[in-house]
Amino acid sequence: MSPADLLGDYTLRTVLMGAAILGLVSGVLSVFAVLRRQSLMGDALSHAALPGICLGFIVAGERQLGWIMAGALFSGGIAALWILALTRTTRLKTDAAIGSALSVFFALGVVALTWIQAGGNVAQAGLETFLFGQAAAILRSDLPPMAAIAGLAVLAITVFWKEVKLVTFDPVFARTLGLPVLTIEVALTVMIALAVVVGLQMVGVVLMASMVIAPAVAARQWTRRLETMTILAAVFGVASGVIGAVISALGQGLATGPLIVLAASAIVLVSLAFAPGRGVVWEAAQRARDRRALRGRQVLTTLLHLAQAHRDRAYPAEEGMVDSFYGYRTRRTLERLDRRGLVATASHMPGEGRHWVLTPEGLAEAERVEADITGRRA
Amino acid sequence: MSVQAILDDPALMIMATGALVGTAAALLGPFLILRQNAMLSDAISHSIVFGIVVVWMATGAVAGPVQIVGAALTGVLTVVLTEVLVASRRVHDDAAIGLVFPVLFSLGVLLLNLYASDVHIDAHTVLLGEIGFVWLNTVEVGPYLVPRAVLWMGTMTLINLVFVLAFWKELKLATFDPLLAHAFGLMPRAMFYALLFLTSSTAVAAFDAVGAILFIAFIIAPPAAAYLLTDRLWKMLVIGVLISLLSTVLGYWLAVRLDVSIGGTMAAMTGVFLTLAWVLAPRHGLTAGLLRDLRRRRLDETRALVVHLATHEGTPEERHEENRAGALGPHLGWTDARAGTALRRSLAGGYVLREGEALHLTPKGRATAEALLEPWRRG
Repeated sequence: MSPADLLGDYTLRTVLMGAAILGLVSGVLSVFAVLRRQSLMGDALSHAALPGICLGFIVAGERQLGWIMAGALFSGGIAALWILALTRTTRLKTDAAIGSALSVFFALGVVALTWIQAGGNVAQAGLETFLFGQAAAILRSDLPPMAAIAGLAVLAITVFWKEVKLVTFDPVFARTLGLPVLTIEVALTVMIALAVVVGLQMVGVVLMASMVIAPAVAARQWTRRLETMTILAAVFGVASGVIGAVISALGQGLATGPLIVLAASAIVLVSLAFAPGRGVVWEAAQRARDRRALRGRQVLTTLLHLAQAHRDRAYPAEEGMVDSFYGYRTRRTLERLDRRGLVATASHMPGEGRHWVLTPEGLAEAERVEADITGRRA
Repeated sequence: MSVQAILDDPALMIMATGALVGTAAALLGPFLILRQNAMLSDAISHSIVFGIVVVWMATGAVAGPVQIVGAALTGVLTVVLTEVLVASRRVHDDAAIGLVFPVLFSLGVLLLNLYASDVHIDAHTVLLGEIGFVWLNTVEVGPYLVPRAVLWMGTMTLINLVFVLAFWKELKLATFDPLLAHAFGLMPRAMFYALLFLTSSTAVAAFDAVGAILFIAFIIAPPAAAYLLTDRLWKMLVIGVLISLLSTVLGYWLAVRLDVSIGGTMAAMTGVFLTLAWVLAPRHGLTAGLLRDLRRRRLDETRALVVHLATHEGTPEERHEENRAGALGPHLGWTDARAGTALRRSLAGGYVLREGEALHLTPKGRATAEALLEPWRRG
């Protein structure tokens, strides 16, 4: 298929739109899930959607995305309440509450799924695609409910941006200002559930957790501002959704969910490694640069001290002596200084190793560094 | 009934598999919950899917020690990768867990999609397991044909039991006071990793029977329920195992009656027991908490009443004015109904005596009031 055919393909257009909606809403909401340290809540909510999907199916009597989303939201809400109540009223901690809710709700979903299958309902065929997601199974009629929920969530975040921002970073201060902090926190959790619900068709219940974490983690690497982070997360979300959906739609029955998750994770990996300022590789390079600069300054001042001690501005210092003073080979540092025109090789007595003298520029630079250090000390 | 007849009985073998999964998990779960690492079991049991597929592709093994150890290493790898991410200080621990396991799980599912469309492990089994068919798949052990799942789950249960018994002291100290354990040279980190390795191995062995996700219910829910029922570690393990066994038997019975997924029902039953423990636990349960609150509220009313009487014992006029049954409501700001029940309870409790309208403190009532009004005189 040529790219032109791809864009003209009706199914693929539907898939792309679905993937874009999913990526947008999960990207935006992942920011708040991650910053409020509720990442694993998304995991619980997505697994807990399964019984709701079955419930929606039973109520509607057929595979209707609107009902299925409503059901998923309902069971996700129950699971969230269960987690909250269990941690508030017992000595169980969040990890045990989330883990038990996730697995027990999923088990209920499995029971409901097999119950529907045992009922011999022909239309149940579509239900298992909600486990791992199947982009190809998406229908044009699925888009409006997805778009409606996504639009609602993004709109709510935009309208209450200031409040949401404050509650995310400083809930105590927000409370002193009289903001309804609890309501906003509950609303944000509900919105994570909304993002999960939008992603059911594409990513499936098992892996949706990843989509409410990965875009935000990637976006955080590139910026310190919440506004930029949210926009970047949305972009990353849309990109991974579209990449995963296209590969899945073109390939031979590859599940969409895993592909989208791998695309998002690849973005995370690149961001963790290379983002300026926070990237691991970037930081290592910066540290190497700093180390080189520091060594250069050290060696330069050492040469200056030697010159001062010998009352000889052109005192030739032997490289081996400088080496043993520092305990490592200083050749590369000296050669770097040489390239900057700050030192020069000098021949001293025959049979001895290389010697280095400060050039006039080197002398000036060394004195400047020295003054800088002693000036700070004073 | 001969041994082979037992081994050939599907119902018994299904229940035995479930019981072994439950027991093996409930032996390890308490330590994870007490260390607040329960979500690691979530990460581990998702990511072993990758290990199982890779081991299968490399060696063709779908069961046995090679598969269990090989695939279990991916579980440990998940934890290591998570710790590396956290150590990089760019990701919080919760997000780190949620980043690592979906990648390994996705890779596993895609490899299955690509290469394993015709073997017994398909994407469906990954999630749900097929405990209903464990009795079909048997291996020869001496003279007997034993279901493979029973054999390997039995082995894992035994290994877990031996581990927990042999390292009881080390595990206990590493769980409750890792720093002290470290100071004693008990290697809490090694214990932790051994625990996670066994968790992974158990998840792999249980994979055929209950899949990747239902296993999480077995390892978290019964120990969590047990944690609400007892304060002693060994009791927590025993109660957890008992809850697992009950869930297995009841789950099987219910699943057969409703004709639904057996593994799913067993896992759901663990949730039922957790809920029961939550509601009914004698000290840490909801009902116990509500009863405690109610008793405290009633005692506080009695205390308010006796303090009121004690402070107005001065002159007979004052006593006549204040210490009347009818004056309690207005003076303490109570409704008449509340004052009535509070008075009745105080009378029944022996704090107060009533003569017509007049109220007097009994010695017990006076002692209670004095303890509150002049606590320094106590003793």
